[in-house]
Amino acid sequence: MTHVARAHPSTAPRLHVISGKGGTGKTTVACALAIALARQGKRVLLAEVEGRQGIASVLDVNPLAPEEQLVLTDPSGGEVYGIAVDAKAALLEYLKLFYRLGPAGTVLEKIGAIDFATTIAPGVRDLLLIGKIYEAVGRTQKVNKREVPVYDAVVLDAPPTGRIVRFMGVGEGVSDVARVGPIARQAASVNQMLTSQTTAVHLVTLLEEMPVQETIEAITELEGGGLRLGSIVVNLVRDHHVTSGHLRRVRARTDTLREALNGDLTLMGLPAGDAIVDGLIEEAVEHEERMELQEEQEAIIAAQDRPTIRVPHLPLGVSGGGLGVLADAIEEQGMTA
Amino acid sequence: MSPRDRSGDDTMLLIDEVIDNPDRRIVVCCGSGGVGKTTMAASIGVRAAERGRRVVVLTIDPARRLAQALGLESLDNTPRPVSGILAESGGSLDAMMLDMKRTFDEVVEAHSTPEKAAQILANPFYQALSSSFAGTQEYMAMEKLGQLRRESEAEGRWDLIIVDTPPSRSALDFLDAPNRLSSFLDGRFIRLLMAPARIGSKVGMRMLGAGVAIATMTKVLGGDLLTDVQSFVAALDTMFGGFRERADRTYALLKDDETVFVVVAAPEQDAMREASFFVQRLGVDQMPLAGLIVNRMQRVQAPGLNSARALDGAERLESETPSRTARLSASLLRVHAEVAQLAERHLSVVQRFRVGHPGIPVAMVPAAARDVHDLADLREVGAALAGAASGVGVSVRS
Repeated sequence: MTHVARAHPSTAPRLHVISGKGGTGKTTVACALAIALARQGKRVLLAEVEGRQGIASVLDVNPLAPEEQLVLTDPSGGEVYGIAVDAKAALLEYLKLFYRLGPAGTVLEKIGAIDFATTIAPGVRDLLLIGKIYEAVGRTQKVNKREVPVYDAVVLDAPPTGRIVRFMGVGEGVSDVARVGPIARQAASVNQMLTSQTTAVHLVTLLEEMPVQETIEAITELEGGGLRLGSIVVNLVRDHHVTSGHLRRVRARTDTLREALNGDLTLMGLPAGDAIVDGLIEEAVEHEERMELQEEQEAIIAAQDRPTIRVPHLPLGVSGGGLGVLADAIEEQGMTA
Repeated sequence: MSPRDRSGDDTMLLIDEVIDNPDRRIVVCCGSGGVGKTTMAASIGVRAAERGRRVVVLTIDPARRLAQALGLESLDNTPRPVSGILAESGGSLDAMMLDMKRTFDEVVEAHSTPEKAAQILANPFYQALSSSFAGTQEYMAMEKLGQLRRESEAEGRWDLIIVDTPPSRSALDFLDAPNRLSSFLDGRFIRLLMAPARIGSKVGMRMLGAGVAIATMTKVLGGDLLTDVQSFVAALDTMFGGFRERADRTYALLKDDETVFVVVAAPEQDAMREASFFVQRLGVDQMPLAGLIVNRMQRVQAPGLNSARALDGAERLESETPSRTARLSASLLRVHAEVAQLAERHLSVVQRFRVGHPGIPVAMVPAAARDVHDLADLREVGAALAGAASGVGVSVRS
C-alpha cells in the first residue's frame, strides 16, 4: 500500500450528508464525524437544517445561530464551525446579495411573500436550505495567492431518509414548479454539486428491522437520483457477553445452574437469591436474543456490499466522553479518509 | 431508592382510564420521528377495541410490517376492518392509511364546481402543493380527522378515533402547519397576487413597495410559478374562507373535552426535548394532555444490584475463578451491568422530564427485542402500556 499513490484529493468528498431513519443517531454521528475531521487539522462546517438545535445539545454548546460560528477547536489546529441554517435568513441573504434588496426585503416580509417562499412554495424551502450549504462548500478565500476552499469539509445533519431525496432535490420537486428563473438555475447548480464526487451521503442505521429496511430503500432511491453513497454507519452496535456454550446452559435454566450462580454471587458478596438469579438469567437470554437479531440485520447490511462503519453502543450515551469514542471509531474505520 | 423518593412525583399515565372513558372520543398521538408513534396509536387502538370501544385508527405513514399487522395492504384512504380483534366485549377496530393527495383532491371536489375542480387539480402549483408541501400532510391529517369525526357522529360506526401524526420536523408542526397553509390560502399575499394592478393605482406610493416586491418575487421564483399560483388561486375563488374555516373547526375540535393528546417519546435527550416543547405548547393552547408515553425503556429483571457492583463482581470472578461456573456467572453480571447502566440512564431522562413538568402522567413501555409483526405483538405493547410490564422504570441504585 505504501507505494500506491494516495487517492487523489478530489475524490474524497468535501460535503458529507448524514441521513438515516428518525431516532438512529444522525446528529450524534454528524457531530462525531466533524470532530474526527477536525482532529486531522481540518476546518469543518457542521450544519443543521431542521431548526432542532440537536447539534448544540450533543456538543453541549449554546444554540447555533443562522450564521457560522466557531464551536470547537482541536489541538491539531482543526476547527469546527456550526450553523443552524434557516430558510428565511438564507432567502433574505440571497436577495440582498443578488438583488441588493435592502428595504424591499422588509416589504416582502410584511406582505407574507417571504413566508410564502420559505414555507408554502413547494421545494423552495429545501432549495434555500441546501443552497446555503452549496454556497459554504463552494466558498473560497485567497491563501498564498491561490483560491482555496474556506472549509475543508462540510458535515450536514440532514433530514431523515423519508425526506432526504426530496430535500436534496434529486426527486421531483422544485423543477416541476419553478421551471425557469434564478430558482431553477440555482437548483440546477446545486444538483450538479450534489451528484458530483464532492458529495457523499452517509446513512445511519441501527441493527433493527425497520431502520435497516429503510436504509436499503434509501440506497436505491439515492443512487437512482445520481447521488453517491458514502458509508452505511451502523450505530449502537452491541457486544456478545455470553459465549454460545454458556448460553446453552443458561437457556436450559436448570436448578444446578441456578444454585451455582447463587453460590458465585454469594462468594463475591453480592446480593443473591432466586429473584436476582432468575433476573440475571432472563436478562442474559434477552440480550443474546437481541444479538441474534442484530446479526441477522448485520448480514443484510453486509449483503449490500458497501463501505460500512460500525459504531459501538455506549450504555452511558454520548455524555461523558462518548462522542470521542465515536469519533475514534469513525476515524479508525476510514470514514474521514 | 425508588423514583418517588427522588422526585416526589410519579404520576402514572393509566391508558385504560383514558380509553374506557366514553366521553373521550379522540386520541391524538404525537412525538418526534422514530419513537414508535404509529405503533403506540395502533396498540392503543387494539386495546381499546378489545375493551369494547368501536375504534378507528388513522395512521399516516406506517412501516410495512405494522401496516401488515393491521391488515392494511394498500393506501386507499378508507377505513377497513382489522380482523382478529377479540370482540367479546362488543368492540371493533377499523384502520386506515392517509392518502394526503387524495384527501386534498376530495376537499377541492367537495367545494367547487366540477369544472373549477378540474382546473385546480390540473394546476402544477396545486399538484406540487398537494403532494409535497411539508405541511400538507398535517393539514390533511386534520382534515381526515374532521371527516372521521363527522362520519362517526352521523353513522355511529365509531366511538373512538385514534390519530397518528405525520413524521414532521417537529411535533409542533401538527398544530402549526394547517394554520400556516390556510392563512396563506386566504392571506394577504394571495390578495396581492390577485390584484397587482389595483394596488398600484389605488394606494399609491406606500403600496408601490408591494408592487416592487411582487416583481422581485416573480424575478426570483420565476414568472411561471407565480402565474401557476395566480390561476390556482383564481380557480379556488369560491373556496376562500372555506379552508380557514375547516382548519379552525378541526383546531377547535382538538381543544374539546372529547379529545386527549398522548405524547410519545423515546428515552433519549432529543426525543424528550421535543416532547417537552409539545407538552408546553399544549398547555399554552389549553389542549387536553393525557400524558407522556416513554417507549423503548430498558427493562431491569434483576433489580437490587447496581451496575458498578455487578461489574466489580464480574472482574473478580474472572480473575479469581473461585468456582467452575465463575466465567459463566461473570458473563451474566456483565450483561446485567450494561442493562442496569442503560436503565439508569433512561430513568434519569424520564426524571428530568418529570422535574420540568410536574404532575404530567407518564407511562413507560419496555424496549422489545423484535419489531411489531402482528396483532399479538400490538396487544402485548398495549398491555405494557397499561402497566403490565415489570421491571420498567425501576431504579437499580442499590
